[in-house]
Amino acid sequence: MRYAYFPGCSYHGTGKEYELSTHAVAKKLGMELVTIPDWSCCGATASHGKSHLLNIALPSRNLGIAEGMGIDEVTTGCAACYQQLANANKKMIENEDLRNKVNSITGKPYKGTLKVKSIVEAIGIVDPETIKSQIVKPLTGLKVACYYGCLLVRPPEITGFDDPENPMFIDNIMKLAGAEALDWAHKTECCGASLGVSNLDVAVRMIDRILAAAVESDADCIAVACPFCHLNLDWHQKSVNRKLRKSYDIPVFYFTELLGLSMGISPDELGFKTHFTDTKKVLSVVG
Amino acid sequence: MAKRIGLFICWCGSNIGGVVDVPRVVEETKNYPGVAFATDYKYMCSEPGQNLIISKVKEHNLDRVVVASCTPMLHEPTFRKAIARAGLNPYMFDMANIREQCSWVHSNDKEAATQKAIALVKRALAKVSQVEPLFESSIPITKKALVVGAGIAGIQVALDIADSGHEVILLERESTIGGNMVKLDKTFPTMDCSACISTPKMVQAAQHPNITIMTYAELVDVQGYIGNFEVTIKQKARFVDHTICTGCGLCTEKCPTKVSSSFELGMGKRKAIYIEFPQAVPNKPVIDPDNCRYLKNGKCGICKKLCPVGAVDFEQKDELIEEKVGAIVIATGYDLIKWEEIYGEYGYGRFKDVITGLQFERLVNASGPTNGLIQRPSDGKEPKTVVFIKCVGSRDEAKAKEYCSRACCMYTAKHAHQVIEKIEGGHAYIFYMDVRTPGKAYDEFYRRTVDEGAQYIRGRVSKIYQSGDKLVVMGADTLLGSAVHIEADLVVLATAMVPTEGSEKIAQLAGVNIDKDGFFIEAHPKLRPVETMTGGVFLAGACQGPKDIPDTVSQASGAAAKVAALLSNDQMATDPMICHIDEKMCSGCLVCKEVCPYKAISEKTITERIAGQPVERIVASVNTGLCQGCGNCTVACRAGAANLKGYTNLQLLSEVDALCR
Repeated sequence: MRYAYFPGCSYHGTGKEYELSTHAVAKKLGMELVTIPDWSCCGATASHGKSHLLNIALPSRNLGIAEGMGIDEVTTGCAACYQQLANANKKMIENEDLRNKVNSITGKPYKGTLKVKSIVEAIGIVDPETIKSQIVKPLTGLKVACYYGCLLVRPPEITGFDDPENPMFIDNIMKLAGAEALDWAHKTECCGASLGVSNLDVAVRMIDRILAAAVESDADCIAVACPFCHLNLDWHQKSVNRKLRKSYDIPVFYFTELLGLSMGISPDELGFKTHFTDTKKVLSVVG
Repeated sequence: MAKRIGLFICWCGSNIGGVVDVPRVVEETKNYPGVAFATDYKYMCSEPGQNLIISKVKEHNLDRVVVASCTPMLHEPTFRKAIARAGLNPYMFDMANIREQCSWVHSNDKEAATQKAIALVKRALAKVSQVEPLFESSIPITKKALVVGAGIAGIQVALDIADSGHEVILLERESTIGGNMVKLDKTFPTMDCSACISTPKMVQAAQHPNITIMTYAELVDVQGYIGNFEVTIKQKARFVDHTICTGCGLCTEKCPTKVSSSFELGMGKRKAIYIEFPQAVPNKPVIDPDNCRYLKNGKCGICKKLCPVGAVDFEQKDELIEEKVGAIVIATGYDLIKWEEIYGEYGYGRFKDVITGLQFERLVNASGPTNGLIQRPSDGKEPKTVVFIKCVGSRDEAKAKEYCSRACCMYTAKHAHQVIEKIEGGHAYIFYMDVRTPGKAYDEFYRRTVDEGAQYIRGRVSKIYQSGDKLVVMGADTLLGSAVHIEADLVVLATAMVPTEGSEKIAQLAGVNIDKDGFFIEAHPKLRPVETMTGGVFLAGACQGPKDIPDTVSQASGAAAKVAALLSNDQMATDPMICHIDEKMCSGCLVCKEVCPYKAISEKTITERIAGQPVERIVASVNTGLCQGCGNCTVACRAGAANLKGYTNLQLLSEVDALCR
């Protein structure tokens, strides 16, 4: 399966593990990810506050380039990039006036022929037998709290591939990898996103709730699908511990890292060394 | 004979006269072919106005009349009666609406309005030149009513019709009458015990000589028309002979099979042979064939062995029974919306301690699954903190129903009161958008609950999740402008009322319409709330829209009054503006039958003599009692054999002609 691949700005920075593990896993599953040439920022969570037009134009430029690649579907890892691309795609397809206006701005006209999928959906729809055939080191005994964040499955009119209140895509992938996907209540609670940078005092309370729920559900680790969620839950555990006098020490992985691990890919190849919370505990559970 | 049309143009004070130049309209139309007399008057509908028409009809020997005034919906009957008093057939009449459709909408262009009025009058004159006398016919009436559904609405309708001297069949698909009301514990605002006030009515219905109760039976077919319905009822096999059974209850005690009880709303169990609740009417059991061991596998049969009178009969079959009735009242009631399929934020039904208001009623009810103790379904412990959430599924245009379910604000206040009264140290929190308590003594009831200590928080709940053995309710207090998190022991949702399952089928059978939410549609929301657009079919209770018990009982009596009025005649008059089939032109293709929304057309075999030989052929035949004069058939008929009296093809063509000149 070929996808036009949108890396997003964080992939080369804080989301490096996500990029490494995504590519490693995709290769194993026979998914070809062709990076969109000359891709540019999608607008993330900043652009829609500035201007609705900018918010559609920024991702549409990338869609316009992707359309010329001869591939029908676009995929991306970051949840914000996914929201931006999927939202722009829907609006560009449905609204002709908007489409014409945006195309005259971006210089990369988009006709509206593509489908946008998050990497979660792209991997989730692969035949389970294919995925299972690649699992050589099942994560038996590993209890994973799968965290979706707020942008991956809402609003359902834009995302539509999983239940907005109790999604199961990542859970199912983890189950195929042999892990125990826990039933916990904070799958889709917001982590604070960019507040983790601009207003940490607010963000730590939101992060604390998620970590507390994960710990209460007896999770060994948390699986995420977004670089900002990862940043907030992983890097900021120390901040939460400091500001709210807690003692969290729970590793946070991209689901692709865990999947890659179960496929026998080495932890170094997957980027385990670049985490902030100690990953050795998980590795010891898995063996 | 030459036509002699009387033309009367009304000023309607200044409503018409202030915009349309009425004298000029008279000038321009008084010489239209056929007009024998024309005049104008300030108020045609007044007594002097009507007397003017009557006197001029006599004076000038007029044989038909046009009044140019307001909308026919308002005064067509008035003027028809007037010319009838003058000795004319009331259908030798037409109206030109030069008010609602002219002066009122073109008040800024008097010249154009006057031109339009002239054209409209000419149209009416052309039409009335073509009208013929029409005569109402009469059909006989069966003096018996069928009430579908035996909740409090159906029971009240049946009692009132029966008291007025007519026979009633009270039909109920469950094994007992009583509906949802008998599931309740106490009723607002008096806190009367629900069973205490409804069971006397149930017994009254059972004992009334004019009422025949048929339980465990369903309506499967309706044929016929107002005054003359033929209905088919399926009496489901009970596997217990109710003519022998004494209701001793030994069978229900000994039955080994327990299944989830729908009466207990999943909170309790019943046996495979069961009586729904202790005061059921009839107080005799039925056997559930899907769960009875004997009926499924031929094993057990203990009830039959133990029955002291031998009433258990596993050989019973469903029976089809045909009845003739003159009127049908639909009183099928409500169900609660399946919230578990919609509200993932409240857990999709996975949390045992998140229940509906009706399930809460079963908990508080002394004959319920917990004998009246408020207990958490998960562990049986008494909850101390109970959170109520209103408008779950109602007033939600994003995910569920747009309408308000009307009874929930009162019953939530009632439940909060019961929590405070029955649970020592109990706390009740209610998340609300509004509090709607408009009925008699309702707002006082709500205020008392607030004074007792129920805490009303204005805001929605975005999520409920399990944390240990508590339920964390994440909501908002919009008046304070802050988030609110409550650790609850029990959460009660006030869920939307929806029409009962199977309503659609009943609507199809009876030939009535349902709205986008599935509720049966009344003939007019303000002025005809208990009738439907189908003659002879009436509505009562929550099947027409969410309502509480006082409104249900009122509406039920209203429906009964309409039925009693209908059945008080031996014959009834029918509207003569119905379809007429010219059998000479009809080819018997019966396309008209397919398009008739009132099932008024059937096929008829006629015999004609062609070349001296008798030949039989099929033509369409209109039932004058059912036909509502919609005209669908007239449009569909390719031969032009179907013609609507009062709106014939020729009349319509002459109107078009007049307007085009």
